[in-house]
Amino acid sequence: MKRWLQAGAASALALAGTALAAAPAEGEAEGGLPQLNTETYASQVFWLLLAFIVLYVLMSRVFLPPIGNIIEERRQRIADDFDKAAEFKRQAEEAEAAYKQALADARARASRIAQETRDQIDAEIKAMQAETDSKLEAEIAAAEARIAETSAKAAEAVREAARETTRAIVMALIDEQPSDDAIDAAIRAAGGAR
Amino acid sequence: MIEQLMPSFLRPLAAGPMEQFEIVRIIPLDFNGAVDISFTNASLWMVIVVLSATLFFALATRRLALIPGGTQSMGEVAYEFIAKMVRDTMGDEGRQFFPFVFTLFTFVFLSNFLGLLPSIPGTPAAVHSFTVTSHIIVTFTLAIISVGLVVVYGLIKHGFGFLKLFAPSGVPLWLLPLITPIEIVSFLSRPVSLAVRLFANMLAGHVVLKVFAGFVGSLLAAGGVLSILSVVPLIGIVGVFLLEFLVAFLQAFVFAILTCIYLQDALHPSH
Repeated sequence: MKRWLQAGAASALALAGTALAAAPAEGEAEGGLPQLNTETYASQVFWLLLAFIVLYVLMSRVFLPPIGNIIEERRQRIADDFDKAAEFKRQAEEAEAAYKQALADARARASRIAQETRDQIDAEIKAMQAETDSKLEAEIAAAEARIAETSAKAAEAVREAARETTRAIVMALIDEQPSDDAIDAAIRAAGGAR
Repeated sequence: MIEQLMPSFLRPLAAGPMEQFEIVRIIPLDFNGAVDISFTNASLWMVIVVLSATLFFALATRRLALIPGGTQSMGEVAYEFIAKMVRDTMGDEGRQFFPFVFTLFTFVFLSNFLGLLPSIPGTPAAVHSFTVTSHIIVTFTLAIISVGLVVVYGLIKHGFGFLKLFAPSGVPLWLLPLITPIEIVSFLSRPVSLAVRLFANMLAGHVVLKVFAGFVGSLLAAGGVLSILSVVPLIGIVGVFLLEFLVAFLQAFVFAILTCIYLQDALHPSH
């Protein structure tokens, strides 16, 4: 059993010894690291260059350009879509501005019409008021004139009555016909301001 | 040896931790010893990496739509990830390097990632799962490609002005004899550090996995209480395996972003 463990340990040691000399692989005729066998170098370099060049040509000519194109195309498309979205946004904003403008215009017009109507009505009311006022004033003036006339007539009637009375009293008292002037003077003196 | 005593299903577990890195020839091509460019298991996995990348991106770009489907989304995520990395490090000028960095990242990531696939038991060693980037020559070649591109592009674009890289602006003149050698050494160590970082990470991860697997095999073969104890390294394998997924991505990311940073030097040598 120990032999197997030793074998295991030996292979573990082989790990450490790989870098340079490398223990010969068990049962193998060739010693040393296969990587250091210079006889294989020409073949490896030849086939590597061949494989690498073939892969390079395939990549650079066949596979990479279409992948690059499709990525570029997608980027372009996304950029376009963004541009389009920005354009739509701008249009929407314009429409909104136009709508707001129209709304403001309508409001302004409405308020102007309201103001005009109000002014017109005010003017009409003023005109009617003035008319009414002047009519009333005329009526008042006419009434006052009538009143003054009536009161003058009344005063005249009173004065006439006073004259008649005075004449009658004077006739009765002294039996003398007083002159109109004397009677008027006497009445004026008795009536004061009248 | 241990292997002969083990039941057959455990035998793969007893393989040495370095065996997974063996290069096996599949189609020998050595031109009578002139130069050996045989198609090996490493070559096979490089091809598999390229094929899986091709398959994935073919699916991802099959029906491109503005509203992406599942695979297309994943492809786009990968694209955007590297594109952002390139943009952040190099700005718009870095666009020309994007396919290169993308290829580099894809290759390293898929190499790291596919190397984590378990091998199919009973198959020959040639088709066992293999991590391309666990070989220093591979990572070094990739690093040389990166740094080579930096040097070539820098020299073409700036001529001798590229050498300003080694004489940072704002450094007093008397300090230059000290700073310039440091800058040169740091520049020369870039490919080495790139290569060794990736290689060592892949090597270490796979060795640890294999060693733990070896423990499981040994403990199971031992029987009795020790067999039950084999659960412990098994849990260890699961943990390390998950960690290796992270490392596979992280190392590819590090390789790509360092390449970007070095390429930035080629664009603007006077930093």
